[in-house]
Amino acid sequence: MEWDWAFVAKIMPTLLEGLKLTVLITILSAFVAAGLGLVLAIAKRSRNGWIAKPTAMLIEFIRGTPLLVQLYFIFFVLPDVGIVLPPLVAGVIGMGLHYATYTAEVYRAGIENVPKGQWEAARATNLTVPQTWIHVVIPQALPPMIPALANYLIAMFKETPLLSAITVLELMNQAKSVANSNYRYIEPMTLVGAFFLVMSLLSVILLRWLERRYGRLAK
Amino acid sequence: MTEWYGYLKMILDGAAVTAELTIMGSALALLMAFVAGLGRIAPWSPVRWLSSIYIEFFRGTSIFVQLFWVYFVLPFAGITLSPLLAGVLALGLNVGAYGAEVVRGAILAVPRDQSEASVALNFTRFQRMWYVILPQAVPLMLPTFGNNAIELLKATAVVSLISLTDMTFQAQVVRSQTGSTLFPFITILILYFIMALAISASVRGLERRMTRGLDGVR
Repeated sequence: MEWDWAFVAKIMPTLLEGLKLTVLITILSAFVAAGLGLVLAIAKRSRNGWIAKPTAMLIEFIRGTPLLVQLYFIFFVLPDVGIVLPPLVAGVIGMGLHYATYTAEVYRAGIENVPKGQWEAARATNLTVPQTWIHVVIPQALPPMIPALANYLIAMFKETPLLSAITVLELMNQAKSVANSNYRYIEPMTLVGAFFLVMSLLSVILLRWLERRYGRLAK
Repeated sequence: MTEWYGYLKMILDGAAVTAELTIMGSALALLMAFVAGLGRIAPWSPVRWLSSIYIEFFRGTSIFVQLFWVYFVLPFAGITLSPLLAGVLALGLNVGAYGAEVVRGAILAVPRDQSEASVALNFTRFQRMWYVILPQAVPLMLPTFGNNAIELLKATAVVSLISLTDMTFQAQVVRSQTGSTLFPFITILILYFIMALAISASVRGLERRMTRGLDGVR
């Protein structure tokens, strides 16, 4: 079977529709992951062992199990207890939760990256705890986190095709449906691959720039 | 109660497939990591370019897209792979690309004087790598390799979508046959987690063994 440009032109609008949804899902999940990750990072740092330990275990568990199965869990199990979510919402929550465990780790490393002397100096100059966080710790901890967070944003973008398994009509699912209805797989599948490759190569350039601009986070 | 036993057995059969995929995929990934990682720092520029293209390509597109491409597009080019082979190939090549960067980073992290000393001692290029650089670089790679192996284990769930009867696929079968959702999905989540714990425990054990006697160096 040969490559057919006319077919490419015909399916392009459908694929672009899927690409739009893919980007939207990535952005929404990124917000969930960034916010929830902060909650997890703070909970894990808590001095109360009853909060810190279960949070650490939850993070370990989510990181040790596949995103696809977590998506199935949210999509198929939750309706049994009365929580029915539209596929898109289930997907965004699943992906956001999964990546929150990764961003939590970035926040932790970023905060621990701030030298202990800074905390002591803030205390010595009689700053309150909120002042210490807002004026001393966060301004120093945040810039090195940016490239690391951007890295997970790219990873999330590449994982969005998994949402096709819970019937979200993103790029991969659009490609599969046009491929199935026309019984031509070469063009749709290759185009999906090309879309992802181009987007990731562009984002790698952006990432390198961010790393130069803000520096890397020491592990 | 007895019927649950039957369904549990189905899931355990799937777990065997998942384990098989993880082990075979990791073996291929390890091979590709060393081939491409050493290729990235080879003294011949075409080898470096080829390795870079391989790494960027497989890191740039997701495992899901690669798997579908291997399974659906290659048959039109006359190459038909069984789902298991397609899965191992996609998983191994994908994770191998991530591993290649680890290999490169670890080798470059070995202090330069080690390499200079072996040149001074008249070692061949192979001897330098095999007896001096790699024994120091491999322990540096191990923790990240462990994480990569867990990523690979998690990625195996995707093969259920090309009709390979792994753990996730079996859980879906149990779900459609019984209508019960909690039992199959909780079971496989726990099984995946146990497998991930087993991987990280064995990598830690391996690390302890390999760093024995390296205390003075690191």
